[in-house]
Amino acid sequence: MKRKTPLELAAAQPGPAHVVTVDGREIAALPGQTVAAVLWSAGITSWRSTRGSGAPRGIFCGIGVCYDCLVTVNDRPNQRACLVPAVSGDAIRTQEGVGHDELG
Amino acid sequence: MTNSAERSVGHLVHRLRSGVGWSRPHRGAVAHPTSSGPPSASLVVVGAGPAGLAAALTAADRGVRVVLLDAGAQAGGQFYRQPAAALKARRPQALHHAWGTWKKLRDRLAAHVDAGRITHLTDRHVWFVEREFEEGRFGVHALLGPRQAESQTVTADAVLLATGGYEKVLPFPGWTLPGVVTAGGAQAMLKGGLVLPGRTAVVAGTGPLLMPVAAGLAAAGAEVAAYVESTHPADFVRHTATLAGNPAKVAEAARYAAQLLWHKVPVTVRHTVVAAHGTDRVEAVTVAALDTHGRVRPGTGRRIACDTLAVGHGMLAHTDLAETLGCAIDATGDAFVVTDAEQRTDVDGVWAAGEATGIGGAVLALAEGEIAGHSIAARMTGVELRPADWATAARTRTRLRKFFAALDDAYVPPAHWAEQVADDTVVCRCEEVTAAEVREAVEELGATDLRTVKLLTRAGMGWCQGRVCAPGVAGIAGCPAGPAKRPFARPVPLSVLAQEPERP
Repeated sequence: MKRKTPLELAAAQPGPAHVVTVDGREIAALPGQTVAAVLWSAGITSWRSTRGSGAPRGIFCGIGVCYDCLVTVNDRPNQRACLVPAVSGDAIRTQEGVGHDELG
Repeated sequence: MTNSAERSVGHLVHRLRSGVGWSRPHRGAVAHPTSSGPPSASLVVVGAGPAGLAAALTAADRGVRVVLLDAGAQAGGQFYRQPAAALKARRPQALHHAWGTWKKLRDRLAAHVDAGRITHLTDRHVWFVEREFEEGRFGVHALLGPRQAESQTVTADAVLLATGGYEKVLPFPGWTLPGVVTAGGAQAMLKGGLVLPGRTAVVAGTGPLLMPVAAGLAAAGAEVAAYVESTHPADFVRHTATLAGNPAKVAEAARYAAQLLWHKVPVTVRHTVVAAHGTDRVEAVTVAALDTHGRVRPGTGRRIACDTLAVGHGMLAHTDLAETLGCAIDATGDAFVVTDAEQRTDVDGVWAAGEATGIGGAVLALAEGEIAGHSIAARMTGVELRPADWATAARTRTRLRKFFAALDDAYVPPAHWAEQVADDTVVCRCEEVTAAEVREAVEELGATDLRTVKLLTRAGMGWCQGRVCAPGVAGIAGCPAGPAKRPFARPVPLSVLAQEPERP
């Protein structure tokens, strides 16, 4: 038995995918999805390393409470991927430590 | 008008002129009718989940002008979380139950918004509610999402806190690995973004949320390799009478059980997750049997391959706004806002409803919101208070509070969970404080309360301000969590605080 996808289950008919970049790599994003949903759709589950041990992190609470999913979007660090909608052309970058290292 | 009030108003005017106004579009917001100035609502409702919606609609029905502030892009809260509009889901009800109730709420809200009786402001993350803000009225301060770099203030004569709850997860080795998510988080990402974290999931922990999460993940195409609940059906036997008094809830559980059976989800009871394994993401979990005292039975560990662990140990109420307003909080167990029969807090002009007043699900939240709406309308419009108007809702409230008290009594995390937390396990996710550091703070440095543990270890000082780790740290330290006493309900940029007017 072929398993349904979430999109099929909800009979979603989103418009054409747009493109965002993740560390420079182009990935497809469905209109309306948050940065976290776009990353999960692309099979990416971690996009941050902690400032102490450098451990990988991604989504934990999924509703904006835990701040584990922080990410850099268009040079703004510390954005919660689970809340921020992905917009066409967004430059998403994985975030190291406190996220200010690359700001100079 | 006092000088400080002049400063407040002048400040608002300045901000409106400078473009931080009500009609300014911002990224991610859903279009909604806006006025040219700040709404001076009679009632501000914080939260557009079941409780907030029921309260706003009931109050608006009875002539109260309402501003509904919500962090989401659409109404519904976590329970009725909708797929993003642009995903154009034609069958969003496939991810929900009680869809008919939601449709009625949604349609009533639309009618009130069209008529101008309710102003629904989306993407507003309320960080502070201030008493005596302006001529004795409340000031409700909200960050604009998703960037959260600007704040807006709505004034109100009364406030209804319907701030909901979030999931409690107790630590275990490997719980910080990507792919380990809260059960509610997996559900939220599925409902809102129509995405799954992986292909093969284990759903584990304790509580009534796990069943719909497991059923939902399976329906959406995940292979649910195991559903692991730490309690045992026998634990409910002493509550048979309470369960029998709630046939609808029992039927709901039976429906989910049937769905799990249909999707061939293996159900394991009186077991717990001992560890999640992996380096860059979760690759497997070890589950083990519990004895009747809540201790892991040696030698029963079983490894299950998976790329996702959805885990939860119950729910916690968001009480921050109520705490800063000075409302009474019951913190003998997991903290919740204390309310009276009308859903009033002990602070004049502040009501609370739904999960903020104790975890009890959407139907209870709807009943509490409706009662609050009636009470608010009567108190604010000066009409006679008629408890008969909310008699049905009050009966529902009584019955469901009893039901959820029984669930609380049965669905408890394994009594000895803290013994399973290895010394090198991170317990505070933000500050990466390990169990060993917490134990050292207690055993060698003499900490006897959570505040001292925090000062000695930094547990709870990070981004989430201890919202996630408090129950875990308290459990490992062997002290009560107690009230958190956070000044703000979420992190606020210094630039926003710098813009705030001076107060007397």
